[in-house]
Amino acid sequence: MTNAMPQPAEPPVISAKALNLIFQTNDGPVHALRDVDLEVGKGDFVSFIGPSGCGKTTFLRVMADLEQPTSGEVLVNGVSPEAARKARAYGYVFQAAGLYPWRTIGGNIRLPLEIMGYDKAAQAERVREVLELVELAGFEKKYPWQLSGGMQQRASIARALAFEADLLLMDEPFGALDEIVRDHLNEQLLALWARTRKTICFVTHSIPEAVYLSTKIVVMSPRPGRITDVIESPLPKERPLDIRDTPEFLEIAHRVREGLRAGHAYD
Amino acid sequence: MRNLIPVLTVVAVIVAIWYAAAVWLNAQWVLDTAARQDREIGTSELVLETWSQDKPRLPAPHQVVTELWETTVEKNITSKRSLVYHAWVTLSATLAGFAMGTALGVALAVGIVYVRVMDMSVMPWVIASQTIPILAIAPMIIVVLNAMGLSGLLPKAMISMYLSFFPVVVGMVKGLRAPSRMQLDQMRTWNATQGQEFLRLRLPSSMPYLFASLKIAMAASLVGAIVGELPTGAVAGLGARLLAGSYYGQTIQIWSALFMAAIVAATMVGLIGLVQRLTLKRMGMA
Repeated sequence: MTNAMPQPAEPPVISAKALNLIFQTNDGPVHALRDVDLEVGKGDFVSFIGPSGCGKTTFLRVMADLEQPTSGEVLVNGVSPEAARKARAYGYVFQAAGLYPWRTIGGNIRLPLEIMGYDKAAQAERVREVLELVELAGFEKKYPWQLSGGMQQRASIARALAFEADLLLMDEPFGALDEIVRDHLNEQLLALWARTRKTICFVTHSIPEAVYLSTKIVVMSPRPGRITDVIESPLPKERPLDIRDTPEFLEIAHRVREGLRAGHAYD
Repeated sequence: MRNLIPVLTVVAVIVAIWYAAAVWLNAQWVLDTAARQDREIGTSELVLETWSQDKPRLPAPHQVVTELWETTVEKNITSKRSLVYHAWVTLSATLAGFAMGTALGVALAVGIVYVRVMDMSVMPWVIASQTIPILAIAPMIIVVLNAMGLSGLLPKAMISMYLSFFPVVVGMVKGLRAPSRMQLDQMRTWNATQGQEFLRLRLPSSMPYLFASLKIAMAASLVGAIVGELPTGAVAGLGARLLAGSYYGQTIQIWSALFMAAIVAATMVGLIGLVQRLTLKRMGMA
C-alpha cells in the first residue's frame, strides 16, 4: 500500500492463484502461464517484465477477460474478470494507439463514453478533463494524423482514463516510441498516477522503464511462462528522471537483470 | 498536360487501327458492288467507299460519331429515335437494380460476418449464382415476372440486382472484417454491444472496400439491364437498340448504342469514384 493514510486493509485489486493457461496450437500445446500467483494492491504500479513469450501480455489479457485461463483463479476487484469487464472496471491501453482516423482526438476519447451511455454534457466534461491530464488540451478538434506518435499514444491513454475506471492495464504502450519521447511519457505517466491514484499494471520489456515506474516489479520468464521474481521497489514516490543514476536504482535494475538471466539459465 | 500526350497517342493509334480495319473488312463488299456494276475502282475510291457504307461490317469512327451526334443532340429527347431516351430507359433500370443489389449485398455480408451458420453456408451459393449464364436465365425471369403481372422497369432491375449484389457481398465481407484483432478487443474491453461495434467500428472501416465494390456493381448492373432488355421484344433501351440494330443489319446503330452504354457506365463509375474520394478524404482514409 502506498497510501499514507491509515485505513483498514483493502482487498487486492488483482489476485491470481495457481493460474495456468495452455494454448492449443497446431504445433501442440503451449504453456503460456504456469502456476502464477500474484496480488496487486490498490494504488500499486506494477510492471511485468520479461522476454517475449514469457506470458506477460497473456497475463494482462486474462485480467481483462480477453483470454480464458485453463485452470486457477483470477479476481479483479474481488470478482471474475468477466464481471469486472462488464462493470467497466478497467481501462486497457494497447501497444498501438489505435485511434480511429475518421474521428477527431476528442471524438476518439468520446468513443467509450458514447458506448457506455454518458450524456452529452458529461462526455464533454470528461474529454476536457482527461485531455488536460495527458497535456493535450487544445488538441480536441485535431485528427490523429495531425499528431506525433507520442501524442497519439497519450490520446489513447486519455481514452482509457475517460470512463473513470480505477484500474489501468497497459500493454507495452510506449514500445513503439523512441527513447526520448518514452522518457518524457514515463515522467508524465508517473505524475498522472500520483494525481489519479489509479492502480496500474504495466507490461514492458525495458528494464529502466520498469524500475523507474514501478512500486512492484514482476519478473517473468518463458517456456513455460511463469513468475521468477517479485521486487518491491524501495524507491520514493517522487521520482525525477535522474533518479535512474542513483545506486538504489541501479541495484534494483541489477536484480531485475539477474532475475531475467536466471529464467534463461537452462535455455 | 504530361498525361495528355500519352493518352492522345494511344487514342490516335486505336483510331488508326480502326480505320484500317474498316477498310479491310468492308473492301470485299465494295469490290463486289463495283464488279456487279462493271465499274473500275481506284485505291483512293475504294478506301473512301469502305468508310461511307450504309450497312458496313465495321463502321468507321466518324460514322459512329455522326450517328451519336444525330441521335442525341439533334433529336428531341422524348423521341423514340433519341439515344438519350433509350439510355435513360436503361439507366433507370440500372440504378434501381444497383440500389437493390447493394442493399442485398450489404445485408448478406452483415449476415455472413455475424451469423456463423450463414458464414458457413451462404458464400458457395453466392458464387454458384454467378456461374449461371445470365443470358440463359434472363428470359425466364422476365417471363415469370410477367406472368405475375410485373413488367417494365422491375424485371430488368431484378436482373441488374442479380449481377450487382455479388461484388458487394464479397467486398463488404472483407470490409466488415477489416478491423484488427486489437480494435475488436478494444471494443470488448468497453463491453460494447454488437450494434455499437458494427456502427462505430466495422461499418466505417469497410468504406474503402464498399466503394471499390460499388464501382464493379455499377458496371455489372448496366450489363444486367441491357441483357434484361433483349428478351422483351426490343421496345426501348440500349439493349433494344442493339437487338433492333442486329435484326436490320444496322451496324452503325449497334456501335453507337455500344458507345452510349460505355459513356453511361464511365459516367456512373466516375461519379462513384468522386463520392469515394470525398468520403474517404473526410474520413482520413484516403
